[in-house]
Amino acid sequence: MTSTTATSTMRPPRSEVGLIGWLRKNLFSSVTNTLLTIIGLWIIWKVITAAIGWAILSATFEGSDGAACSREHAGACWPFIQAKFSQFMYGRYPEPQRWRVDLTYVLAIAGLVPLMTPSVPGKLFNTLYMIVFFPIAAFFLLVGGYFGLPYVPTELWGGLLVTLVVASVGIAGAFPIGILLALGRRSKMPIVRWVSVGFIELVRGVPLITVLFMASVMLPLFLPEGVTIDKLLRALIMVALFSAAYLAEVIRGGLQAIPRGQFEAADALGLSYPQKMGLIVLPQALKLVIPGIVNTFIGLFKDTSLVLIIGIFDLLGIVQLNQTDAKWFSPSTGMTGYVFAGFVFWIFCFSMSRYSLFIERRLARGDRR
Amino acid sequence: MTATVQSPSPGPIAPPAKPNLLYRPEFRQAVYQILLVIALIIGFWAIAHNVAVNLARQNIASGFGFWTRTAGFDISQTLIEFDNQSTYGKAFWAGLMNTLLVAGLGIIFATILGFLVGIGRLSSNWLIAKLATAYVEILRNLPLLLQLFFWYFAVLKNLPGPRESISLPGGASLNVRGLYLPAPVPESGFGYVLAAFGIGILTSIAIAMWSKRRQLATGQRFPVLWTSLALIFLLPGAVYLVLGQPLGFEYPALRGFNFQGGMAVQPEFMALLVGLSTYTASFIAEIVRAGIAGVPRGQREAANAIGLSNGLTMRLVIIPQALRIIIPPLTSQYLNLAKNSSLAVAIGYPDFVSVFTGTVLNQTGQAVEVILLTMLVFLTISLLTSAFMNWFNKHIALVER
Repeated sequence: MTSTTATSTMRPPRSEVGLIGWLRKNLFSSVTNTLLTIIGLWIIWKVITAAIGWAILSATFEGSDGAACSREHAGACWPFIQAKFSQFMYGRYPEPQRWRVDLTYVLAIAGLVPLMTPSVPGKLFNTLYMIVFFPIAAFFLLVGGYFGLPYVPTELWGGLLVTLVVASVGIAGAFPIGILLALGRRSKMPIVRWVSVGFIELVRGVPLITVLFMASVMLPLFLPEGVTIDKLLRALIMVALFSAAYLAEVIRGGLQAIPRGQFEAADALGLSYPQKMGLIVLPQALKLVIPGIVNTFIGLFKDTSLVLIIGIFDLLGIVQLNQTDAKWFSPSTGMTGYVFAGFVFWIFCFSMSRYSLFIERRLARGDRR
Repeated sequence: MTATVQSPSPGPIAPPAKPNLLYRPEFRQAVYQILLVIALIIGFWAIAHNVAVNLARQNIASGFGFWTRTAGFDISQTLIEFDNQSTYGKAFWAGLMNTLLVAGLGIIFATILGFLVGIGRLSSNWLIAKLATAYVEILRNLPLLLQLFFWYFAVLKNLPGPRESISLPGGASLNVRGLYLPAPVPESGFGYVLAAFGIGILTSIAIAMWSKRRQLATGQRFPVLWTSLALIFLLPGAVYLVLGQPLGFEYPALRGFNFQGGMAVQPEFMALLVGLSTYTASFIAEIVRAGIAGVPRGQREAANAIGLSNGLTMRLVIIPQALRIIIPPLTSQYLNLAKNSSLAVAIGYPDFVSVFTGTVLNQTGQAVEVILLTMLVFLTISLLTSAFMNWFNKHIALVER
């Protein structure tokens, strides 16, 4: 029995498709679901009205001191951010020299953007630029003292500049140490293994604050008489050692994921240990753990704010310091400062976590044949 | 050489000539390790020497003699009795107790909130799932210290003064000096209520064990949950009513410039607890989501196929398997929370780091001893937590044939 005429297709019931269908399925499928939707809407309504009211409707946009923001039920105190913006970005870095910081940012972006975009060719040259040329250029630009650039002591650095310097120098310094520790932890030599495991577990077991306390009170004791290290440098060393332990565990995960056959093939080719690791194993292992490395970096970026406890003023530190400025005293100054700092931190961390997700998906796509 | 080719005698093959000593792996490894040990010894010796010289120059004593000396400072909130006549040793314990208090409570709150948000992210309700996602993405991408500052300086320090306190239900009030709760005052006979509570818990455990054995033997189920709830809550409740409600409450009351009586929770403690729990909850939520999503689809379908209800599917099939994925990363979050509680030093809560590594170190100047003890304490906490969680993990792990 065959029919040659097409039966007219019936449209799905209206309640199942389109906007109404979507609403029924996703928001009002049952009594509990409807109740949850109503609670959710109520929360969103409360949060949005409070946020708009605080940031726009009852906010202060004009003014030159805290008195302007001190009325009853005053919202955000935006003139405070306006007045302190350059401090939040550069700290007390001398104003005529701030182009040097900006130029460093430009150089960093010029290297990072092509490096992070997988489709851009010339990764080897690009990497060399980032690990050789850029650090040297950044050092001379920021510190100065050569080529006619006046010397800027690190006590004057502050704000976002310090946050970025601590985070990026920390991760750059942590990288070689972390790779060595990860290799050491998987070494066949017992003493090398014990030392690596001991260091990694010791550092991962204690909070960053104690490590920073150590930087400020113990490191000076470790040095011979008369030798002093710059405070920022001390913090950088400790931050690098601290993140090296975390990075080592991430890299170890990558090393464990490399099939045995790769090691054996390298051995069969007669490669030496450095050749085997540098040419065969590490390139594959590091590629696998890029998301983990980015996540470690996000953690480090957030943790840089702890340096304010030993008296180095990063973005959060400088916001906190400016709260005590008597000129800008008002009940809403604090909240405004934190919201601003939070916004900057959030933009950085969120975009990095999105990037890590992007790389993760890209790597997964490669595996899915 | 030609001889060996011509006579295929089955004799043992001559071992290959020993390579030069320098090319033997064992020898090289030994050399590397000896060099490493020598370098470490020299490094440690140089550091120890410098420390000794520097300490002698600054006239700082060494050793743990300071342990029994009078500390001479006060701690604003302690669980054990402490005043400025107490010793440094006692300050150590007071700080440690404060850290354990905030970390323990923080772990409980973060776990509850984290599980709620994590399950919310998987909710079939679109709005709830998005709200949970927003919570996670906002909180975990902000530095914890910023969140603590926000809670402490921007929220709690901006509350009205004692006279304009915000009244909360149940006789509690909230103001810039902290949260004031009614304090329970046990009267005579309250011990019996506590005893009934204890008996309730013990009998519930016994019933649960008996019921499991019976179910394995006969397949019959026993309503353990309801009997346990009745035993744990109704039994002490009944005793409480029979004995004429032997528990009074002391309500905080405004006297002069501040509240007197009741239980006072300091704003520093509140800010730290709220900040730590909400921050860690955002990480726990992600772990819970990944754990539940990591249980294969077929498990849920199979559970539905044998007719389990949604609740039973969750409780008997999904959660036990998800827990295996959840526990290891959850352990590291608990450890992170305990370590992060040291940020208390920034908002003035007298935790271990703030009291011991901060104040005691400043007063005695004995950096080496103090930092060593600090690290020892955190390592102990880490090891104990890991040991407990490993035990728990083994307890729930899949028993393979």
